[in-house]
Amino acid sequence: MSGIPHEPYEPKSGFAKWVESRLPIGSIIHSTLTIPTPKNLNWMWIWGIVLTVCLALQIVTGIALAMHYTPHVDLAFASVEKIMRDVNAGWLIRYLHMNGASLFFIAVYFHIFRSLYYGSYKAPREITWIIGILIYVAMMATAFMGYVLPWGQMSFWGATVITNLFSAIPLVGDTIVTWLWGGFSVDNPTLQRFFSLHYLLPFVIAGLVIVHIWAFHSTGNNNPTGVEVRRGSIEEAKKDTVPFWPYFVIKDLFALAVILLVFVVLVFFMPNYLGHPDNYIEANPLATPAHIVPEWYFLPFYAILRAITFDILFIDSKLGGVLAMFGAIVVLALAPWLDTSRVRSGRYRPTFKLFFWGFVANFFVLMWAGGMPAEGLVPTISLIGTIYWFAYFLVILPLLGVIETPLPQPKTIEEAFAAEQAEKSMKAGTTPVTSTEIATPAE
Amino acid sequence: MAHADSDDEPTRRDFLYVATAAAGAVGLGAAIWPIVNQMNPSADVLALATVQVDVSQMDPGTQMTVKWRGKPVFIRKRTEAEIAEASDVDLSALPDPIARNANIDGEAPATDDNRTLGEGQEWLVQIGVCTHLGCVPLGEAGDFGGWFCPCHGSHYDKAGRIRRGPAPTNLPVPTASFVEDGVIQLG
Repeated sequence: MSGIPHEPYEPKSGFAKWVESRLPIGSIIHSTLTIPTPKNLNWMWIWGIVLTVCLALQIVTGIALAMHYTPHVDLAFASVEKIMRDVNAGWLIRYLHMNGASLFFIAVYFHIFRSLYYGSYKAPREITWIIGILIYVAMMATAFMGYVLPWGQMSFWGATVITNLFSAIPLVGDTIVTWLWGGFSVDNPTLQRFFSLHYLLPFVIAGLVIVHIWAFHSTGNNNPTGVEVRRGSIEEAKKDTVPFWPYFVIKDLFALAVILLVFVVLVFFMPNYLGHPDNYIEANPLATPAHIVPEWYFLPFYAILRAITFDILFIDSKLGGVLAMFGAIVVLALAPWLDTSRVRSGRYRPTFKLFFWGFVANFFVLMWAGGMPAEGLVPTISLIGTIYWFAYFLVILPLLGVIETPLPQPKTIEEAFAAEQAEKSMKAGTTPVTSTEIATPAE
Repeated sequence: MAHADSDDEPTRRDFLYVATAAAGAVGLGAAIWPIVNQMNPSADVLALATVQVDVSQMDPGTQMTVKWRGKPVFIRKRTEAEIAEASDVDLSALPDPIARNANIDGEAPATDDNRTLGEGQEWLVQIGVCTHLGCVPLGEAGDFGGWFCPCHGSHYDKAGRIRRGPAPTNLPVPTASFVEDGVIQLG
C-alpha cells in the first residue's frame, strides 16, 4: 500500500500465517499502522485523526438518535423534545451530535487551510485532494439535511432557501425542485427523504475516507518542508521518517484529548451557543423568520451567494449567485492545477504567505458578512470578499508561481529536522536528540 | 472491438457487442428510473391540488393567507387607492414585464388588469412565495407599499410585481377563478 520503502509484514504465529495466506488483512493493518511518516510533522497534522474521530462520534450518536426520532412533520419537533427531556441521556447524545457537527467543520477547515499553506494538494497528491473535496461536499450535504430534521423554523426555511437554489437552473430548475421536495413545497416527503439521506451519507463519507487514506498512503504524507521523503532504500527512508505507530498515534491522541476537553466544555456549558433560538420554534410554512441564517460553517458560502446582486450578461442575479457559490468550491478543487509554483510548502514562498493569510482573513470576513442582514455595506463587502476568493485561485496562484522568487529549501527532511532540533536544544540548553535514537526505539 | 479478419467491415460479432451493450443500457435505465421517479410528488400529494376559499366577508384593504399545495396564497381585496396606484405604474419601470398569471396568456404584459382576478381589478390572488429563494414576503411593507421579503430584501409593489431586489420575477398568480359569488377556487 505504501510507496515509501519499509519492512514488509511477516506473520509470526501459525494462525497469523494461516489467515495471511487466505485474507491478507494482517499486512494491510500492519502497513497502515506502521507507515513511514515524515518525522517533522507539526501540530497542523493532527486534524485528520480529529476528523476520523468526529465521523465516528457523529455515526454513533446519530444511530442512537435515530432510535428515538420520528421523521414526520407532525411528530419530528416533538420527538426531538422527547429526546431532550425523556430519553435517558438523550440531551447529552443530541448536544454531542449537534456540536459534533461544528467540531467536524472546525477540524475540516484547519485541515483544508493546512493543505493550502503547505501545498499538500500539489503533485503527486491531487487525487487525495479531490477526494478530500468530495468528502467536504458530502459533509455539507449531510450537515444541511441533518439541520432540517428537528423541523424548527430555521430547519424549514433553511431547507426552503437552499432547495430553491436549484430553481435557478435554466429550463429544468422548477422540475428539479419539485422532484427534490416530492411536492410543491418543503413538506413531509422532503423531511422523510432528508432523514433517509442523512443516515446514508455518513457511510458514503466513511468509504471516501478509506480511499482518501489509501491515496496518501501511496504517495506518503506531505510535511511542513514540502520536501519528499527519500525512497532510495529502507535505510534512507528511515532517516526521514518514523513509523506512524506508536509515534504519531500518541501525539495525535494527546492533541485529541486537548480538543475534546474544549469540546465537552462547549457541550456541557454552552450547548446552544452555535445554534439559533428560532430553531426551537416549530416550523411554520406561513411565516418566515425575519432573518434566516445558515449554520456558521456555511456562512462564507452564503455570503458569496448573496454577493451577486446584479445581472452578468444573460445570467440573472439569482443564477449568478448560485454559480458563484458552487464555483467557489470548484476553484478550490482545481487548486492543484491552478498553482504553478514548483515549491510545495508556503514556508519557502514569502509573497505567497501574504496572499495566503489574506485568504484566511477573507474567509472570516465572508463568514461575518454571511451572518449579517444584507443591508448597508454588507453586500459590497461580500462582493469584495467573493472577488478575492476567486482571484486567489484564478489569478494569484497561477501568477505567483511564475513571478515569485522562493527561499532555498532544505535538501532532505533529515537535514531540516536536525536544524530544527538544534535550534530548540539551544533555546532549552540541552543536547539535541539524534535521528538514530528516534528511529530505533529501545525494546 | 475484436474484428475477425479485416479492419474495414463490422462483423456479426461487432453487431452483437453493440446490440448487447445497448440492450443492457436500456435495461439499466429502466431499472433506475423508478428509483428516481419515486421522489416526484406522489398521488396523495397531487390529490390535494384544489381548494375553495370563501372571501365574501372580506373588506377592502384586507388580506387573507390560505395554504394551497403547502404554500401560502395571498388573497387581497384592494382599495380604490391601491388600484389607482398600481394601475399608474409605467410598465417600463418593471424589472419583470410579464404578468405571470396562470389564468391568461403566458406572454401577457404585467399591467394591473392582467395581474388581478375577475372584473374591476379589486382581487389580487398570488402565491406568497418570494421568487428569489422561497421565503414568505411580509404584507403592506417595503418601499413600494406592497410586499417585502425579509430574507434577501426584495420589494414588490401593490400588484405583487417585483420592483427592486434579487427576486427575478413577479409573484406568480395561481390558477384561480370565482366559482360562485364570493368563493374563489384555487387550482
